[in-house]
Amino acid sequence: MRERDVPQEGNATLAGHRKAIYAVGDDGRLKIVASRGWEVEETVTRQAVEDLERLAHEARERALAGTGSTLEYHMYRVRMDVPLLSQTTGLWRWRVKRHLRPGAFARLPVSLKQRYADAMGVPVEALEKLD
Amino acid sequence: MQQRMMRPEEHGTVRQHGSFTHAHAAHCESGVMASLVRHYGFPFTEAMAFGLSSALCFAYLPFVRVNGLPLIAFRMWPKAIIQGLEKGLHLGMRFETFRSPERGMARLDELLGEGKLVGLQTSVFWLPYFPPDLRFHFNAHNLLVCAREGDEYVISDPVAEMLVRCARADLQKARFAKGMLAPKGLLYYPTSKPVAPDWARVGRGAIAKTCHVMLHSPLPIIGVRGIRMLAKRVERLPVDGNGGAARMYIGNIVRMQEEVGTGGAGFRFLYASFLQELAALTGHRALDPLAARLVEIGDRWREFAVAAARQIRRRDPLAPPALGVHLRAIADDEQAFFRDLLRAQQAWRC
Repeated sequence: MRERDVPQEGNATLAGHRKAIYAVGDDGRLKIVASRGWEVEETVTRQAVEDLERLAHEARERALAGTGSTLEYHMYRVRMDVPLLSQTTGLWRWRVKRHLRPGAFARLPVSLKQRYADAMGVPVEALEKLD
Repeated sequence: MQQRMMRPEEHGTVRQHGSFTHAHAAHCESGVMASLVRHYGFPFTEAMAFGLSSALCFAYLPFVRVNGLPLIAFRMWPKAIIQGLEKGLHLGMRFETFRSPERGMARLDELLGEGKLVGLQTSVFWLPYFPPDLRFHFNAHNLLVCAREGDEYVISDPVAEMLVRCARADLQKARFAKGMLAPKGLLYYPTSKPVAPDWARVGRGAIAKTCHVMLHSPLPIIGVRGIRMLAKRVERLPVDGNGGAARMYIGNIVRMQEEVGTGGAGFRFLYASFLQELAALTGHRALDPLAARLVEIGDRWREFAVAAARQIRRRDPLAPPALGVHLRAIADDEQAFFRDLLRAQQAWRC
């Protein structure tokens, strides 16, 4: 890639940051050029983010309808899934899955809710609500 | 996670902290190591750090799933650059992990108090200065801490343009994130001053290692064979229904390529820069045309990314076989390239 071909397309997912890209300068030597981003990157990043947002949205609908727990919504909101939440909390996967049901989650002792809250970096009260 | 989000303009505008100078880098680990060597030893670049540690690679790891999609790596495993340089430059790196976050943070403060630069492995999700859309649960990020100022740390994050600041609570969360590749509070620092090596000797050795990994791996998922294996998987992607799953799979490849670390094309450019620098340092000019060829291969990877993104955005019809053909062509190019590089390495007498 030549220096003048380094994309400066203002990738929104970079939020104003610039990335260091190696490109060939006029003297034929590679050097670091700061890039405002590439549309391709934006496409694939948005694809991943939108997929997670869709999961969070669906979990929110379930929580509103009373068929899912608020925990499920918050899990996807912080971009986690069951395996990751299980690893972060140190709980078995089947237990995490069980707590995605509204009844099972509501009956949890505060200490367990606290564990989930710590793993997601939110206060316990926030975990019981949809924001 | 939206709380305490910093705006870019709130970011530092300085590169200098005491005698330390921050440098913008393409990849976190090579950037951290280049900064460390520069600070304690001699002029050194990210590209040299990357090349001398033989960090270039390709690996298709179908059994490692990230959000249900396979891991595709374009470089060696995390910590490989640190360990590779430790040997070549006689760094004597010391690594420490902690079970208790409190002790891990106390140890960091202690080392900073001694005036040391401290490298950390962290998750990117908990770092507030990262752009929100890029904050995934990726645990093998590397950064350097320069100093503690009150409840904040001054951080040289290689992928940021300038020095940044991070609150103590956030840094603790990032250091002790759990999950795949959990950092366990890992911190590292050199215990001895790096010594400039015989560039020709270490350079030759590093090139040989990279060529062997790319060409002669016994595993079909590593090196050029790994690219072909991935090509086969892509060709067989089912396009039934609206092709959503296939689009996610293809998007995942491009994401791994362009965004995680610095990606496939990025690492090829980085390695090409290493070849150029090594040629200039040692006078082994046969490496210069090879660097130019590797830049072209990097461009092929970028063309693949463009073609994939067009299919994801439905500007082109979804056609995984065409992408597979593209990957195969790249595999052929890389195979020919590394064979020639190995030949140039063997012809290099020093």
